[in-house]
Amino acid sequence: MSYYINEINKAGKIAVDDTILVKDVPATAGSKMLENFKPLFSAEAVERLEKAGYEISGKTNVGEFGLDLLGEFSNFGAVTENGNLAGAAAALVAKGEIKAALNVDLNGAPRRAAAISGVDFIKPTYGTVSRYGIIACACSGEQIGVTAANAEDMKEILSVIAGHDDKDGTSLPAEKYEYTLDEDVSAMKICIVKELYESASAEVKANIDVYAKKLEALGAKVETVSLNIVSDVQTAWQILMSAETTNNLSRFDGVKYGYRTPEYKNIDELYAKSRSESMNFLTKATIIYGSDVLSKGRYENCYDKALRIRRIACDKVREILASYDAILAPACGKTSYQAYDILEAFGKVFEESLYTAIPSITGMPAVVTKGVQLIADSYKESVLLSIAHTVEGMEA
Amino acid sequence: MKYELVIGLETHVELSTDSKLFCSCGGHSSPKEPNDCVCPACSGMPGMLPVTNKHAIELAVKAGFMLNCKINQYTTFDKKSYYYPDLPCAYQITQWFHPVCVEGSVDINGRQIGIKQIHVEEDAGKLVHDEATNTSFVDYNRTSVPLIEIVSKPDFRSSDEVIAYLKKLKSSLQFAGISECEEGAMRCDVNISVRPEGSNELGVRSEIKNMSSLSEIKDAIEFEKVRHVDAIERHTEMLVQETRRWDDVKRRTFPMRNKETAADYRYFPDPNLMPIIIDDEWLEKIRASMPATSEEKTKYYEEMGIATKEASVLSSDRKLSDTFDKVVAMGRSPKTVASWILTECMGQMKRLELDSLEISPEKLARIIELAESGEITRAAGKKILSAVFENDVDVDKFCEENALNAKVDESFISDTVDRVIAANDKAVADYKSGKTKAAQALFGSVMKELKGTGDPAVIRTLLEEKLKSL
Repeated sequence: MSYYINEINKAGKIAVDDTILVKDVPATAGSKMLENFKPLFSAEAVERLEKAGYEISGKTNVGEFGLDLLGEFSNFGAVTENGNLAGAAAALVAKGEIKAALNVDLNGAPRRAAAISGVDFIKPTYGTVSRYGIIACACSGEQIGVTAANAEDMKEILSVIAGHDDKDGTSLPAEKYEYTLDEDVSAMKICIVKELYESASAEVKANIDVYAKKLEALGAKVETVSLNIVSDVQTAWQILMSAETTNNLSRFDGVKYGYRTPEYKNIDELYAKSRSESMNFLTKATIIYGSDVLSKGRYENCYDKALRIRRIACDKVREILASYDAILAPACGKTSYQAYDILEAFGKVFEESLYTAIPSITGMPAVVTKGVQLIADSYKESVLLSIAHTVEGMEA
Repeated sequence: MKYELVIGLETHVELSTDSKLFCSCGGHSSPKEPNDCVCPACSGMPGMLPVTNKHAIELAVKAGFMLNCKINQYTTFDKKSYYYPDLPCAYQITQWFHPVCVEGSVDINGRQIGIKQIHVEEDAGKLVHDEATNTSFVDYNRTSVPLIEIVSKPDFRSSDEVIAYLKKLKSSLQFAGISECEEGAMRCDVNISVRPEGSNELGVRSEIKNMSSLSEIKDAIEFEKVRHVDAIERHTEMLVQETRRWDDVKRRTFPMRNKETAADYRYFPDPNLMPIIIDDEWLEKIRASMPATSEEKTKYYEEMGIATKEASVLSSDRKLSDTFDKVVAMGRSPKTVASWILTECMGQMKRLELDSLEISPEKLARIIELAESGEITRAAGKKILSAVFENDVDVDKFCEENALNAKVDESFISDTVDRVIAANDKAVADYKSGKTKAAQALFGSVMKELKGTGDPAVIRTLLEEKLKSL
């Protein structure tokens, strides 16, 4: 499998996920449904990069519609590195073929990919980077982020793409954001969430331990805290994400563009066959789950409750972040993943989302660096970038 | 047993905004060709995001003020999911959880009709079926055009009340500039049941979907009343709660396919649209921009000296009252303007089968000015008006080119009178024999010769003098 679904410019140094639109270049989102779909406009983030003089190398492979946290189930095959599942963009950055990539962080897939490939990824605060021009699934949490080799490059690219956009109704008002790498890490207090740490594999725990030691060596305080709502947050995000995805993907119906089944007797058959024949099991399972949680009689107990958990999660995490500068957590449960059967995908994705759900549901920023994840309160990207930068500057 | 009707209405009205509800495509009535007025947003392309048109919210709030509603200062947009080819995203953005206006009421012939809520939503597109090729075409011009849905309580007791309400709604909405209410731009779902008079219980309800003509609505209600009463009294059928449609050819309602109605719309708040907060300042600004209602206008016109009946006709239609206001503002006397609009202009509208008054107030004012000052006769004025209606001619130029000026040379009038007398021996003889009516015929002939240009008073005097001196 190639890393790119469509290459644009070999000399380009920035890749973008195939869920991010580049005018006139097919945007498949890793799905057969959109195999031949050519967008009429570019994503705002892409426009900003191009205006700043960056060239786009191409559209990197993603799991269908970006739903697949492990990145395997794309219509164009999985990207594997040394037999392990990897993310296309993170692998390209790791090889040094590109400087950075824009990825849609819907469910944490680019965070996990960065951890596996040993590169960095930043998911900025929700609303700071325009979502205009991404093939949407979970509008309330997904956010464009940057994969790069180090904190410096993340900061450089994020500075270009962040800022208010009138075309996105949830875009925050600030025209520009100033990020720094120079906040004083020695004065910081970092916490490890016990529940997340304990669920992870021994290798991941070891990574966290090593990182915590480095922070302490810098003079930072590292403590353990308890956040007993992590599995509720995981379920709530599953509900919100699936429901919104169901709704957003319903526009892919075979009527206007995208895949249409060659034979149909009536409109209902056109819908059912076009969608069944072009979407994979994980997408379908997500759609069925999402339809269920929104249906009559289920809404109050599922979707509405998930919205309330979201509010509680924001409050509880913010409460912790009132005493700590950042949370240190696993980015994923293991350090390597082998191919598995697609019938297991829905469960696997859910399992892995334990580690990624907090930033997704709260909209708070997260950085993955050296195989671990750092989470801070909204607008505190500089805290995360400074930690990553400072630790990256230490002798191994 | 006597039965009474219990009717509730859901009325959809297209808002008069310049652009669609969530994108900058032109709003109502701008597109000409199919899919002329479409962008990636309103055609459901991936990557697009909706951005709320604030003007639509303001118009909905105005409608709320008009119908004495409570305005929800925290209002949200929600998604309603269903598949249909005229709905490009397969969801409609509407207001389900926090509609912008609630708990209103309106007086209809002395009874209060409750308004449950008014919410803002986007319209769907249009399907065009070509039977010949067995193909369906989709036109997205109308998708995402802003609508309000005005939901009444089940407070109507007769089809007459329903019609009176819809007429009042239409004129008030036009008046406040909320909607043009053009043909078909006001669509109604009618919820109807019957019960024994005096009962407080509700009967089995039918919903008749999507009607736009008042006569259809009236006929459908009357048909349903008979159907329901027959079912109750004579057991002609088992009444079930269902959705029906009116067939204008067969003159009756039919149940709609169950599939079209048994939907679960899976409403949820739209995460792409932040809740709208209508703060006090904004609310007051909207309130201050409310124009006079048609009742207020009628009263105002009466105070100007216009008869009640004429005043209420003028104020029943936005175009009529706007034109009236503007022409009066140009210095013409209200009574004269009212007469010109209600007699002459409406006559032209009837002749040319126009639904609304489309005339430049400046031109109408000029015609009235010329007629009032005696520069032209009323007949000549009518002639000019007719030409303005037909070809939008320049008033003064047309007047000059057709020699319509009333101040024609008196000697020319005199000569014409002489010629007419000379050529109408019989009429002259009749006159002389005492049939004074004959003078009227001669007067008509002179007017005809002069093509309506001469001052009628001058002509009459000259004619009488000459006839008497014969």
